[in-house]
Amino acid sequence: MKLFAPITALCLMAASGISHAADPNLGRNLAATCANCHGTNGQAVAGSGMDALAGMEKTKTLQKLADFKSGVKPASIMHQIAKGYTDEQLDLIATYYAAQK
Amino acid sequence: MMLMKRRDFLKMGAATGAMASMYGCAAGNKAGGHVVVVGGGFGGATVAKYLRMWSEGGVQVTLIERNPTFISCPISNLVVGGLKDMADITVSYDNLKNKWGVRVIQDDVLGVDTAKRTVTLAKGGNLSYDRIVLSPGVDFMYDQVPGLNNAAAQEKIVHAWKAGSQTVTLRRQLESMKDGGVYAISIPKAPYRCPPGPYERACLVAAYFKANKPKSKVVILDANEDIQSKKPLFLKAWNDLYKDMIEYRNNSDVKDVDVANTTALTEFDKFKADVLNVIPPHRAGNIAAKAGLDLVNNRWVSVNWLSMESTNTPGVHVIGDAVFPAPTMPKSGHMANQHGKLAAAAILNLLAGQEPNPNPVLMNTCYSFVAEKSVIHVASIHQYDVATKAPQPVKGAGGVSMARNELEAKVAMGWAQNIWADMLA
Repeated sequence: MKLFAPITALCLMAASGISHAADPNLGRNLAATCANCHGTNGQAVAGSGMDALAGMEKTKTLQKLADFKSGVKPASIMHQIAKGYTDEQLDLIATYYAAQK
Repeated sequence: MMLMKRRDFLKMGAATGAMASMYGCAAGNKAGGHVVVVGGGFGGATVAKYLRMWSEGGVQVTLIERNPTFISCPISNLVVGGLKDMADITVSYDNLKNKWGVRVIQDDVLGVDTAKRTVTLAKGGNLSYDRIVLSPGVDFMYDQVPGLNNAAAQEKIVHAWKAGSQTVTLRRQLESMKDGGVYAISIPKAPYRCPPGPYERACLVAAYFKANKPKSKVVILDANEDIQSKKPLFLKAWNDLYKDMIEYRNNSDVKDVDVANTTALTEFDKFKADVLNVIPPHRAGNIAAKAGLDLVNNRWVSVNWLSMESTNTPGVHVIGDAVFPAPTMPKSGHMANQHGKLAAAAILNLLAGQEPNPNPVLMNTCYSFVAEKSVIHVASIHQYDVATKAPQPVKGAGGVSMARNELEAKVAMGWAQNIWADMLA
């Protein structure tokens, strides 16, 4: 494994030029924390009453999350959950879900 | 170089993947190998599915589970209260097998040889692994309640703290209890599985009594100093809905039971009930100690929070209720599911020769029914903190319901449907 350490380092260096992307799966991993309620990859169970996030336009998701955070949008629980993530993390989550079919 | 062994062969495959990803710094994990998962509950089923899904079938996964189907602890208090049936909380493992290609073996694990990386199955034979995930849940410390330390006693005084046959037994005991009878539930000292669960159960049993056996009472014998979760909301529900029906006794640690007289013995007192529901203290499932894992207080497995790997045993990841919790982190099915995803991501990185994600996030939501159509929640978000090497709750985030409400009774069932699907569909 040691042989490949420099390769990993190169990868990290290349990625550090871009915002947030040391681990290319960060968005996937963060989005997975939502899946308990919103379904695997944002495919909520039909009829469950939960918002399906898959394929939702990124700006729309981010606006909703911002409104939850600020309290503009009334919620039973999402106003408390949205505050637990940084804006950068919410951006990664919204990007991931926008790319799901 | 080490001698060429089977595992090295697998590692070479993984290394090739790492090289391939170098060129584009590609997103996909090029992981290979065989992961054995022990225990198919909220944690184990999740990690099994996510390993297969995220590796796009590149990693072989074997899940060993002793039960033929998954039975959910969350929502099982509704079965105890007579509002749901066992069928409502039972889910098949078929999709894990047929849709996700997980090899599901119904068996018990006798032991793990962490040096040779093999597990021994009760029905015979060994399995070798590259990495193993233990999601064994809890086992009860019957030595702490000596009168319960035999099978006959355990059939009469149930915990019903693992959903299954005991859930049904407790329901039957409540149904056959006379009006005017007393149901008592004992809660062990924290940490225990599902902090609000006992208080929810007290509510739902009281709701059943109120409608069907109004002269009956519910007594909570809590070993703790105070209500462990959602305290103001539970107190309000008890006062508004079940006044004079639910009695709460703190600092009431049940040290033993008189089985013949369905009597709980605390240090200085005893309490006779018609239906006695004792939840003994618990610890990480026995397989954790058998495997020689580092245990905190001889009870809970100490893990590296970036990978859920045991702090003293490489290659062994532990998730769910068996883990020594990070600060304010509850032992819950929801959290076990989150552990499963953290472990899956870390294992795929490790199998591909990469470091685990340095900034994992975990979150929890928990809904409690205080009546058939009235629910309260608690939520928390836990971000990894480099200084303490543990996830820490985000200040100002999370919280509880403003008040009990009907909307969240629907949301709670939506939560259940989605988390069961996230694990098993």
